[in-house]
Amino acid sequence: MSETLMTTATVAGQATTHHEEHGHHQESFISKYIFSMDHKTIAKQFLITGIVWAIVGGLFSVLFRLQLGYPDRAFPILETFFGQWAKGGQIQPEFYYGLVTMHGTVLVFFVLTAGLSGTFANLLIPLQIGARDMASPFLNMLSYWFFFLASVVMMSSIFVNTGPASGGWTMYPPLSALKQAGDGQKIGTDLWLISMALFIVSSLLGGLNYISTILNMRTKGMSMTRMPLTIWAVFFTAILGVLSFPVLLSGAILLLFDRNLGTSFYLSDIVINGEVLPNEGGSAILYQHLFWFLGHPEVYIILLPAMGMVSEILSVNSRKPIFGYMAMLGSLFAIAVLAFLVWAHHMFVTGLNPFLGSVFVLLTLLIAVPSAIKVFNWLTTLWRGNIRFTPAALFAIGFVSLFISGGLTGIFLGNSTIDIHLHDTMFVVAHFHIVMGVASFFGMYAGVYHWFPKMFGRYLNNTMAYIHFWVTMVGAYLIYWPMHYQGLAGVPRRYLDKSGWVNFNNFRDLDQMITIVTILVFAAQLLFVFNFFYSIYKGRKVRSQNPWGANTLEWTTPVNPGHGNWEGDIPEVHRWPYDYGKDGREFIPQTEPVSANESKH
Amino acid sequence: MSSTTTTKMHPHKFVLWVAMGSLIMMFAGLTSAFIVKSNQVGWKSVTLPSVFWLSTLAIVLSSGSVQLALRCFREREMARYRVWMGITLVLGVVFIGLQWSGFMDLWAQEITFRGSGAGQFLYVIFGLHALHVVGGVVALSVLLAKAFFGRIKIYSSVPVEIAATYWHFVDLLWIYLLLFFLLIGGN
Repeated sequence: MSETLMTTATVAGQATTHHEEHGHHQESFISKYIFSMDHKTIAKQFLITGIVWAIVGGLFSVLFRLQLGYPDRAFPILETFFGQWAKGGQIQPEFYYGLVTMHGTVLVFFVLTAGLSGTFANLLIPLQIGARDMASPFLNMLSYWFFFLASVVMMSSIFVNTGPASGGWTMYPPLSALKQAGDGQKIGTDLWLISMALFIVSSLLGGLNYISTILNMRTKGMSMTRMPLTIWAVFFTAILGVLSFPVLLSGAILLLFDRNLGTSFYLSDIVINGEVLPNEGGSAILYQHLFWFLGHPEVYIILLPAMGMVSEILSVNSRKPIFGYMAMLGSLFAIAVLAFLVWAHHMFVTGLNPFLGSVFVLLTLLIAVPSAIKVFNWLTTLWRGNIRFTPAALFAIGFVSLFISGGLTGIFLGNSTIDIHLHDTMFVVAHFHIVMGVASFFGMYAGVYHWFPKMFGRYLNNTMAYIHFWVTMVGAYLIYWPMHYQGLAGVPRRYLDKSGWVNFNNFRDLDQMITIVTILVFAAQLLFVFNFFYSIYKGRKVRSQNPWGANTLEWTTPVNPGHGNWEGDIPEVHRWPYDYGKDGREFIPQTEPVSANESKH
Repeated sequence: MSSTTTTKMHPHKFVLWVAMGSLIMMFAGLTSAFIVKSNQVGWKSVTLPSVFWLSTLAIVLSSGSVQLALRCFREREMARYRVWMGITLVLGVVFIGLQWSGFMDLWAQEITFRGSGAGQFLYVIFGLHALHVVGGVVALSVLLAKAFFGRIKIYSSVPVEIAATYWHFVDLLWIYLLLFFLLIGGN
């Protein structure tokens, strides 16, 4: 057995020689913490880089909320920090659009894609399926470093003289394709595109690894239907990424050509600043198709890992088996398939053929079915459970709440007729922030609180965690709920000053309230960041191997697992991961053989 | 661990297959963009320079030679393996050179980046394909260098198999792209 284990470990392309005395081959600081090939270290690198980006992206939203809440007031401190971008203490239009664009880009891609699946796919796949590392630890390391490079390029774009890209995070041409359209369309947009290309490479390298690790490196007895739902979720996430990101790359390449080499893939019949451009025959809509073919699956790339972790955490903390494991799987599969068939619902008002639109309406509304299945299964998992309200469990429950609220408004927007009224209003902003942004953040927080003991061998501080949860939960609803009313009344998104419209003036107090709550919620996130770094060094130490009483394999490793995860043989798996509250026992780990007189689940 | 060591594909090979699926999506995105665009006003079609037939010949031959190299490697015929690998590498470089001369040919016909027709797509699509062939050439060079200078202790054919599979893939991808431009782009 030990020999075969060794071959698997070496087959995995790594030299993990595991000795009895927990000894690992001497690793230098650089190979252990910087250019590490250990999936757990790479996960931490993704998480910490993601946290840095989240602070940046969150701060940007605070800045533009200041503008939205107080469009006529000057904040001299802004000029101190941002100089010409906030002349006279007021956020300038170019700065505002740069902030909005970078907020979207950073949070969608750098935090909720790389920070979320990069962290938890890396951490959990080998640990939960029983593998010593990824299929290719080297590609895995490259995946992080491409992400790091993408981060450096994106971060540098914020500091160039003409400012960062500011054509909106979707980077629609012709605006994004023409350098003379504005400062943000100059070098900032090129850096944005280069950064995104690097990001796509990173995400593909990661995704390839996740898929082949899950399919090829499971321990003995870990059949596909014995995998925890977290693994299923990151599996479908990786498939979505691998199939949709390349299409965004092709769209971005064509945009780079249009910007720099004079082609006309997206440009046609344009007069700008009195100058007639020679481009003809291009189609701006073509870009939207290519973008949203990724863009919509991207929503699920963000959401599915959160769903998987929530399923796992709810089951562990309500001490009950997950309700409807196969239904959960089926609905993940259905969501993954439908994700590719609904992209044009972002384009209802682009002059899309109404018949085609109605097909996309149908397919879009179909997503409600698997989504509802998942919601009911989460609720029935909680139902009459012996719930432990750990911070992770609270965030998981919060996720379910937000997913319901945000999902329901998706049914409004999925209708092409209602969308004529609602598109590009604050209603859309409210919808996707709740269902995709905040909900996924809640999934991510749930994951961090739950697996922090596995990552760092210490607990996060509970008091700070509860404050973090309640402020964020209440704050999320206070911020986004009113935006629905604004949107229904027609308040447009992306406008930096709406005071010119008399009929929107009665929303002024509401906007100020939203801004104040945004600042409070942002402060609560900083509290989390403090808690995170403080607890890495000073948190309460984990004493037991399995602090949550969970069934999955990661809790059979040592408290601080080394590279290779298990000191001896990789454990064998005998059952599914959700035997909680069975036969009078609180939990039965996956490694325990099924006894003769055990009841069937 | 029986299930992971005996029945399943080597993880690195599996990674390659998934990666090829991903590359197919990128080229599918580009060729479908081509189809969408070809219905727009101002579309100009393009006649492929005949040098692309030569490059097709080169890459198809190289697919054969890499297969022979793989067979020699499996039979431990290292001398012949080196010869066939070398031939494959040369053919790969020849392919890239021929593609380049094809581009020059088109450029001389005043099909530049200006405008919006099959020609501009051709530069992007064939160019990206050529980049992937360059990647393959780099991989082959590494393997060949190892065959000459490295001391091989374990005769694992996995790296050679992976390189060969990838090489066949860029070959097939080229044939798809060529047929695409002949059948859909030609009119």
